[in-house]
Amino acid sequence: MTLLSSARLAWAALRRNTMRSLLTTLGIVIGVAAVVMMQSMGRGATAYVGEAISGLGSNMLFVVPGASSRTFGATALGVPLFTTGDLDAIHRLARDVGALAAANARVLRAVAGGNNRATNVAGVTPGYFDIRQWGVARGRLPSLEDERQAAPVCVIGHTVSDELFAGQDPIGHEIRVHDVPCRVIGVLEEKGAAFGADRDDVLFMPYATFSRRLVGGDRVGYILAAAIAPDRIDAAREEIAAILRQRRHVPPGEVEDFAVRDPREIEALLDTVTGILTALLAGVAGISLVVGGIGIMNIMLVSVTERTREIGIRLAVGARGGDILAQFLVEATILSALGGLIGIGVGLAGAFGVARVIHVPYIVPGVAMPVAFGVSVLVGIGFGVFPARKASQLNPLAALRFE
Amino acid sequence: MCSVSKVYGEQLSAVQALDHVGLDVAQGEFVAITGPSGSGKSTMMSIIGLLELPSDGEYRIEGVPVQDLSRDVLAALRNARFGFVFQTFNLLPRTSALENVELPLVYAGIGARERARRARAALAAVGLAGREDARSNQLSGGEQQRVAIARALVNDPEVILADEPTGNLDSKMGKEIMQLLARLNRERSITILIVTHDPNCAAYAERQVVFRDGRIIADSRTASP
Repeated sequence: MTLLSSARLAWAALRRNTMRSLLTTLGIVIGVAAVVMMQSMGRGATAYVGEAISGLGSNMLFVVPGASSRTFGATALGVPLFTTGDLDAIHRLARDVGALAAANARVLRAVAGGNNRATNVAGVTPGYFDIRQWGVARGRLPSLEDERQAAPVCVIGHTVSDELFAGQDPIGHEIRVHDVPCRVIGVLEEKGAAFGADRDDVLFMPYATFSRRLVGGDRVGYILAAAIAPDRIDAAREEIAAILRQRRHVPPGEVEDFAVRDPREIEALLDTVTGILTALLAGVAGISLVVGGIGIMNIMLVSVTERTREIGIRLAVGARGGDILAQFLVEATILSALGGLIGIGVGLAGAFGVARVIHVPYIVPGVAMPVAFGVSVLVGIGFGVFPARKASQLNPLAALRFE
Repeated sequence: MCSVSKVYGEQLSAVQALDHVGLDVAQGEFVAITGPSGSGKSTMMSIIGLLELPSDGEYRIEGVPVQDLSRDVLAALRNARFGFVFQTFNLLPRTSALENVELPLVYAGIGARERARRARAALAAVGLAGREDARSNQLSGGEQQRVAIARALVNDPEVILADEPTGNLDSKMGKEIMQLLARLNRERSITILIVTHDPNCAAYAERQVVFRDGRIIADSRTASP
């Protein structure tokens, strides 16, 4: 009896109990789907973070008041912000820092004509756009001259442009930000969403304009700094920390009341988190596969009992023990392989759905699929051996007389 | 084929189905084994058909003792030399007549095309040409038994063993089945052993062996009909 005819026979037997066969595969389906989905989502998240971080600009450091550099928590209240004086000091003293920019931001209502939108309004010095490598799609960026004069001008993100001007060219038009009028001089290139936030829902004006008209004082919410080279990032970080410790009178040994962050740390953190989650899910998947295997064994044992007479007939007309063993082993293997295939399908579909919902890239995990499939086939063989052996060792006469 | 003496004692649980029975069957014979229930005739049949081995004594096929043969060799012998017909037909359910008849050929390792050809021929020989695709549960009892005979026949066996082949059929169909078996015996000189307690069936055979309490109490021949 060839393997092909065994497979055909097994398929016919499984078809007779379609519902039961499908339910039996459920454990395998869940196990495989978990692996595939986790792999797809983990890779998607990593790719997404990588993309988001590269969108921030190269060699970038992000200096915020308050939080210790060991945490990614929000800025603590009551901690003094930075000043332009701090920036000047860094500019003068930190040799590994290239571009530098002051920034402060608030969510404010922007009004143009009959439209209005609460958006992220930021005052930034011109270096900001260099560091973030962010140019305009139309018009121009604020210049040093605008900064010096605290000119009432602004550049807007794509979303704001769409919302306030509905497809019209906004350049030259006036937007009132919290009752402060400013003229649109440029529309920024589209950046898309990152970390759940729309990066095009922004309005930038010169830092000086923002400070004087909207805040009423020299308050730098955060500093962006670019190291002069990728391998100088850590050095730049040390220099900035040292300068700010001195200026903010942090005694040696005390924890800093500000943090110099490297966005790549987020990537490293995410890798750790993904690793932990993958290990956890691999455990769950492993348990699920074992449970699924036991389910297959159970159903195969039931099937052997139900079909004892059939086995008796086959033995009587000359089937060898090996033929019967092959028949049931192939059946168990097809069952688990089927579960593996369904699981891959479910996992991919699930990952696709989640990727759509949380807006991360959808990645088909290349290696995980054949591995998961292979494991499910092995589970079928492993757990199918016992029932198949039991079937093959039946006594022909006893099997024939079995009711 | 000349089958030689076989003696069998069932020691387990003090039930002695067969008590040192000796029986020779020569090739081409048509033997009816009769006797009351529990006399050991079905057990005898199972041993002859290699479905089980004697617990004591010796069974030889063409002079070769079978008790030392492996399960696989016994299976191959069943496949090549014996055909079985049972009281309850024992066809695979939800399976076509053709596939049922092909079954022994599958295990004989014969290719699909040749299998189908021989199975069709066997079905035609039992008068079921045209019913190849009927599922076993769509067939009448007599038809099912004829499919079973075709299955027993398809491997060109030397012996057909029929255990109460008419037990589940009405007398008319039973007669047809017996005539069919007698014809196969006559035309193909297949050795036929039937177990029955119906004297009308036994009358088709040329030799009657009567069992009682695990022993042979009579072994007589009648002239061929």
